[in-house]
Amino acid sequence: MGMNGAVELLIEPLRYGFLLRALVAAVLVGAICAMVGSYVVLKGLAFIGDALAHVAFTGIVVAFLAGFSFYIGALAAAIAAGLGIGWVTRRVGLSTDTAIGIVFSGVFALGVVLMAIGIRTYTVDLFSYVFGDILAVRARDLWAIALAGLLVVGTIVALYKELLFAHFDPVVAEAAGLPVGALQLLLLLLLSVTVVVSVQAVGVVLVLAMLVTPAATAALVARRLPAMMILAVLFGALAALVGFYLSYYASVPSGGAIVLVATVLFVLVAALVRGRGAWRRLMAAYR
Amino acid sequence: MGSGVVAVERAARATTMPVIQVEGLTTGYRRGEPVLRNVRFAVERGALVGVLGPNGSGKSTLFRALLGLLPPWEGRVLVEGQPARPNPDIAYIPQRETIDWDFPVTVFDVALMGRYPRLGLFRRPGKADRELALWALEQVGLVDQRDRLIAELSGGQRQRVFLARALAQEPELFLLDEPVSGVDAPTQHFVFELLERLCRQGKTALVATHDLSCVAQRFDRVLLLNREVIAYGPPQEVFTEALLHRTFQSHLLLLRYGDRVIVVEGEDGDERSC
Repeated sequence: MGMNGAVELLIEPLRYGFLLRALVAAVLVGAICAMVGSYVVLKGLAFIGDALAHVAFTGIVVAFLAGFSFYIGALAAAIAAGLGIGWVTRRVGLSTDTAIGIVFSGVFALGVVLMAIGIRTYTVDLFSYVFGDILAVRARDLWAIALAGLLVVGTIVALYKELLFAHFDPVVAEAAGLPVGALQLLLLLLLSVTVVVSVQAVGVVLVLAMLVTPAATAALVARRLPAMMILAVLFGALAALVGFYLSYYASVPSGGAIVLVATVLFVLVAALVRGRGAWRRLMAAYR
Repeated sequence: MGSGVVAVERAARATTMPVIQVEGLTTGYRRGEPVLRNVRFAVERGALVGVLGPNGSGKSTLFRALLGLLPPWEGRVLVEGQPARPNPDIAYIPQRETIDWDFPVTVFDVALMGRYPRLGLFRRPGKADRELALWALEQVGLVDQRDRLIAELSGGQRQRVFLARALAQEPELFLLDEPVSGVDAPTQHFVFELLERLCRQGKTALVATHDLSCVAQRFDRVLLLNREVIAYGPPQEVFTEALLHRTFQSHLLLLRYGDRVIVVEGEDGDERSC
């Protein structure tokens, strides 16, 4: 098998419309997650991202049972949760991990119970949202992902300096007249939107990995924030691309394959830069 | 209205009005537990003011009130004749424990942040802003280090980066919270030489510190603070053993002022030469 054979292997799945759609969706999700993920890693928001994904799942289940759009349910739930977390952390201070953990695992449990009822009553499989099923992406899902990507990337680029100042040195930024509280909520809002459109592709359980791993990989090699974001997007997209083919040819779930590739990328890069605080960076995302 | 009229108004205000007027300020964080009680003082333009008091005496709280981040429970806080509110004319250099030193920003990036509040939403810093940031880095002697990450800086250099950011902001008023604690003696002297130069140019600076062994003689005015104003005035009037005792109580204090040395006894403190 020569060059042509390899190209043939890459092109073959793309002859089917739904597979091409799935590939584009996977790459977009990988890129968007990585972009927001840069701030998730720097500000230690991984736990909040995880909580948002679990709440979004319950939103999806409720939306399905109540008969309205999956996106409306998930978005409403995630945004409410994101703003709620923002409000609580500003009001109560930093020791909110326990509260977030209790409330959101409770909400997720409700989602699981409702899902069981849903399966019994409607015989549908909502399990794909737990581990993700990229092949189930429809045309309008792709539009939603693209729209979310525009919103997220556009906002992070347009408000680059405000978001940077407000998250690097919130006290001084606020003293100088920047709307720090609003900017912090905005980031949680972007995180909510990202989580919702990613849930279908990689699933509730693995959204967190797509938020954290590519950005942490980029943090190993990038010195400045813009470089970190660009590299994170490249790593995220690459993981999605390779993971997609792995999923297709090995017949394994797409979410698992994509995250596995992202993790291998991280380990490779960490080995190349010989540690240099690699684990400290990754762990810092969970503080 | 032409900008000429505004300029004239501003000039008139500048000559007649104190930069800071604090009148009967009582404030704090928790209801019923005021940190500051009935604080009253005024600062003239161009003054270098030391705010001295032990840890927990309310120095940082006073700064938060001056920045408009903490509303008065009673009394008024006026900056440039207006009720205090966050704005780019005040540069704030807080204590540095809150900073994440692993953040991927360079020395130049931090200096340029000083321009951000002046630019307004969405606008990107232009050539003039970059030049101002470089000028600010020159002032603090860090222009050669501009491409280094802040994680790679020494303690003294870290303090200077935030001074540069404050300078790039082109403020009228500087609020520095413990700028000389934990930095080496050359940096301490450097910081104060810079502040003295700024004040001669008509800027105003408030410096909060609990350690005045090295810096006492530098101030035009000194505010002795311990939850309330113990004394406020020129250093030669304020630095008396009785007043310092009342301010610092059990804390050790060694104060060199001119040829006088005042020792206030208490628990141990850090001794070092200037």
